[in-house]
Amino acid sequence: MTAQTKITPSFDAEKVRADFAILSRQVYGKPLAYLDSGASAQKPRIVLDTMRDFAQTEYANVHRGVHFLSAAATDRYEAARRTVQKFLNAAREDEIVFTKGGTEAINLVSYSFLAPRVQPGDEIVLTVMEHHSNIVPWHFLRERHGAVLRWVDVGDDGSLDIEALDAAITAKTKLVAVTHMSNVLGTITPLKDIIARAHAKGVPVLADGCQGAVHEVVDVQALDIDFYAITGHKLYGPTGIGALYAKRAHLKAMRPFNGGGEMIREVMQDRITYADPPARFEAGTPPIIESAGLATALDYLMAFDRKAVAAHEHDLLAYAREHVKQFNWLRVIGDAPGKGAILSFEAEGMHAHDLATILDREGVAVRAGHHCAQVLMERFGVASTSRASFALYNTRADVDALIAGLHKARGILV
Amino acid sequence: MDNALRELYQEVILDHSRHPRHHGVLEDASHKAEGYNPLCGDRVTVYLRLDADDRVADIKFEGKGCAISQASASMMTDMLKGRTAAEADRLMQGFLHLVKGEDASDLPEDDRERLEVMGGISAFPMRVKCATLAWHTYKSAVEEGAT
Repeated sequence: MTAQTKITPSFDAEKVRADFAILSRQVYGKPLAYLDSGASAQKPRIVLDTMRDFAQTEYANVHRGVHFLSAAATDRYEAARRTVQKFLNAAREDEIVFTKGGTEAINLVSYSFLAPRVQPGDEIVLTVMEHHSNIVPWHFLRERHGAVLRWVDVGDDGSLDIEALDAAITAKTKLVAVTHMSNVLGTITPLKDIIARAHAKGVPVLADGCQGAVHEVVDVQALDIDFYAITGHKLYGPTGIGALYAKRAHLKAMRPFNGGGEMIREVMQDRITYADPPARFEAGTPPIIESAGLATALDYLMAFDRKAVAAHEHDLLAYAREHVKQFNWLRVIGDAPGKGAILSFEAEGMHAHDLATILDREGVAVRAGHHCAQVLMERFGVASTSRASFALYNTRADVDALIAGLHKARGILV
Repeated sequence: MDNALRELYQEVILDHSRHPRHHGVLEDASHKAEGYNPLCGDRVTVYLRLDADDRVADIKFEGKGCAISQASASMMTDMLKGRTAAEADRLMQGFLHLVKGEDASDLPEDDRERLEVMGGISAFPMRVKCATLAWHTYKSAVEEGAT
């Protein structure tokens, strides 16, 4: 028998849940339904164990001492860089700069790459669905360098108008900065198409991958992207660490950002030379223990069939959509084709904060507010929304708890 | 429903949030201030007309936000109308104590009884700011909001 049955990717969320100790705790006497991974994901035991073991057995400062532990810690730190390289499929390990998080990664591009290149009237193209961390660094360039922010709208379903984006890229454009996945709408942007169109006009592209990298497989070489920012804590890793992928040529041309130890070659009284990238951008003692945690989290994630994980998350989204579709008092915000597993909504007669308070008492953790995306809130004419975001460890039981909580909230508030 | 939630979303509070009193713009306001809670997006604008001896001759508010923030604003306007600045200050201090679960026994009894309905918020520390927004906005209107 030669014909092999194709095995459908399977994914056992129940089994995965056992890796996350926090998921078995209760909140107000109710089982926890954690639907706020879009804000920050929980961490599997192996990440926490790795960090503790590393601190107990191999920890010292990196790139400094000649002693045994410093060498061991440096090896771990550089190995973590290679894990990020693999995760993003970067061509070279020195294209990965460790940062404090996604926000610092984007600020690094703003200060070190774009600020020296921007003249008054130059333009930066953004979409209205950006998160504040991919808005405010560009506002700085508007305030300080006279840059102009060109906003690309989304359709009512939250999908990006690629033609409008293309039209916004002109001879004055210095950068296109776009999210890979909206933290509110769940919209996945067509990065490959965006990059091709921007590059056709000689414009580099930065993607905010804080959400996207969690749910999509990222290949920076296939995308040919210039900059891609990630953050550890949304990737089931620790807080305090993230990374910027940047093409080698860009990094080499970028001036330093923070000044301090490790980013220099030579410091004299009247002159200074800088280390090569990525060290040039990693001043001071980096998040060493966190780097080991991040690497373990990425290995953990990469060990899954990522397509099966995505299918699982999409199943939860579809299941939730099926339920809320029947509620004529609930408006889902963001319905783009192929969107990621985020459900944002507005409920008639129930302000997001009142709703979140009541859900909380049922053990259901959702995000309520403007989600650090006020430009987008304005676009959809809402002050705030409630958001359930799904991760690999969520199950249909979490969705059921959400739906039951919605009914209960309506009973109280409306 | 658990007791804490029942305390928080009492009928009186929901009624104020659904049917806010003194809602709208006060055309002849002598003082005005806008309050904004950037964390949750609650907004309240308080309009006052203070008479010669600093009494709240009239008060109105406009706003958008959660039930707690809007109910609190509505109740506040109800309670402040006709009060002197000193009385209003004492009310505000008492209210701030109440919502934090602190001793508010220095409030006159009938004021305390009326405000106590907001006391349930003290079990929800994340929401205390919703309840205090209107009062802080009133205070800035008096202090810095002369029109």
